[in-house]
Amino acid sequence: MSPILYAATGAVLVGIGVFGLLARTHLLRRILAFNVIGSGIFLAFGGLGSRGPGSGVDPVPQAIVITGIVVALAATALAVTLVTRLFEETGAVTLPGEHPAEGPDAS
Amino acid sequence: MLPDLLAVGVPWAVASIVLPLAVALAAIALGPHARHLVLPGALLGAVIALAAAAQVLAHGAWHHAVGGWLPPLGIRLRLDGLAASFLVATAVVACGVAGFSRRLFEPSARRETRAGFAFWPLFFVMWAGLNAVFLGADLFNLYVALELLTLTAVAMVALDGKAETLAAAIRYLLFALLGSLAYLLGVALLYARYGALDLGLLRAAAVPDAITLAAGAIMTAGLMAKTAIFPLHGWLPPAHAGAPTPASAMLSALVVKASFYLIARLWFDVLPAAATVETSQLFGALGAGAIVFGSLLALRQEQLKLVIAYSTVAQLGYLFLMFPLTGSAAAPQPWAAAAWTGGMFHALAHAPAKAAMFLAAGLMIKACGDGRLAPLAGIGRDLPIACFAFGLAAVSLMGLPPSGGFTAKYLLLTAALASGQWWWALAILAGGLLAAAYLFRVLNRFLIAPAEAAPRVAVARRDQAIALALAGVSILLGLASLVPYQLLQIGRPAAAVGGLS
Repeated sequence: MSPILYAATGAVLVGIGVFGLLARTHLLRRILAFNVIGSGIFLAFGGLGSRGPGSGVDPVPQAIVITGIVVALAATALAVTLVTRLFEETGAVTLPGEHPAEGPDAS
Repeated sequence: MLPDLLAVGVPWAVASIVLPLAVALAAIALGPHARHLVLPGALLGAVIALAAAAQVLAHGAWHHAVGGWLPPLGIRLRLDGLAASFLVATAVVACGVAGFSRRLFEPSARRETRAGFAFWPLFFVMWAGLNAVFLGADLFNLYVALELLTLTAVAMVALDGKAETLAAAIRYLLFALLGSLAYLLGVALLYARYGALDLGLLRAAAVPDAITLAAGAIMTAGLMAKTAIFPLHGWLPPAHAGAPTPASAMLSALVVKASFYLIARLWFDVLPAAATVETSQLFGALGAGAIVFGSLLALRQEQLKLVIAYSTVAQLGYLFLMFPLTGSAAAPQPWAAAAWTGGMFHALAHAPAKAAMFLAAGLMIKACGDGRLAPLAGIGRDLPIACFAFGLAAVSLMGLPPSGGFTAKYLLLTAALASGQWWWALAILAGGLLAAAYLFRVLNRFLIAPAEAAPRVAVARRDQAIALALAGVSILLGLASLVPYQLLQIGRPAAAVGGLS
């Protein structure tokens, strides 16, 4: 199991997340997409800490990923609060001018 | 001031981050009494910023290893002329906004308002975040500072909780978060390649290979989304125009500059080796596009605050002309240093001018009870000081002498002509003319006689005077440009003289 596997999985997650952020209009889905991108970057970053078998792990990426997770949590909390308030004020779950797509987003 | 207070090693840089954070925490604890902290806190912040600038003027640029830990393990702060001048600009605008808002968010006799409680902690954390960005010398620490800035800025936009501003805040948040993640991805790639996050270590190690270029491109794209450079500017006007007036001033004057500042640090300080003529010209093209489209859209707005917000989109464009105008090391430009200084000077001069304009506009809107341009007819008679402040700020934005905006645009224009890149000179001149067009359209409205006497709400002279003082600073930057000019030269990156790449 090499760091490449982590990096590749991370890249796939970033791709899925970016697609979700751009293609979906439901704001909760977009917040989830943001978290998927973040997880992908953290996974790749964590995998970079590997220095090969038997030589331990570089602690810097781990410290950074933990900080990054805290920042992402704060951002997600703020985003969810704003979306909840928008729903209470207007009943909308998308930004004005964007309509929920047919299909999986329709709910 | 005692000379030993300015010696190298006196941690003014650390104080400029710690003080606003401490005031923010105290403001949360004090709740409705927080407003008594505001003026002492803001003035102390200004003293610290001035002391940091004096320290740089006296002893040159230096690094502060936080906690005594040296890189690669520790995190350093870098205090040079550029950082110090942004600290001072931030302090000037913040003091103006603090004085302006002190009574705006005063709790009513009955109960504390939500905006009144949230504004001051957000304001001071934003100040700390700005200072942390300007002083940061570590890519990941800069990411944390940027996020601090994003979260406070978005919360400020949403402060009044109306449906339109909530939507504007969410749109801003989506852009900003995608931008932050792109930046973080670039940081991860650079760490994987070089095993360092400190800017100095990276500059020493950086080579123009594919990973470095990819990382630089991803980080720049993310930061551009946060700076709202054309064509990523869509989120800015509704967010900046919809925010409460003091928040608009902070956002337009300072917050968008922080991510621009990082782009400039990245290319001039860290990766000058990776820049090519094509990337520089692309940055310039985006800047020119911002100038023209932002100005044209500003001409078409019917809301006063939207005119000012689109003007921010246009004025941010000038900053990106700095990249092509410094040229490249392969083809050194005789005026490269002027281009770099002009770009930075523009960022500094725009800050007080735009803050003054938003504060003056806020007072006029309060007096009319209407944000549209039409009811402002003849407001020059009712709010003469605010209108004068708007006019002075407009002088700086148009780039007329003797303002700070003139000095900046003159330096950029000279660099464009001296380097033979006349097409950027055209963009600069067109931007000045268009700025005159959209600002005179507004100023004209202030001065014409109203059809019938409109009812106006009284506005305190002191609030108008604060807007005037900030506008005065932007003019003063042109009249007394020598000291800031000298300050900017201290610790200037080599690429600013020798050209990128």
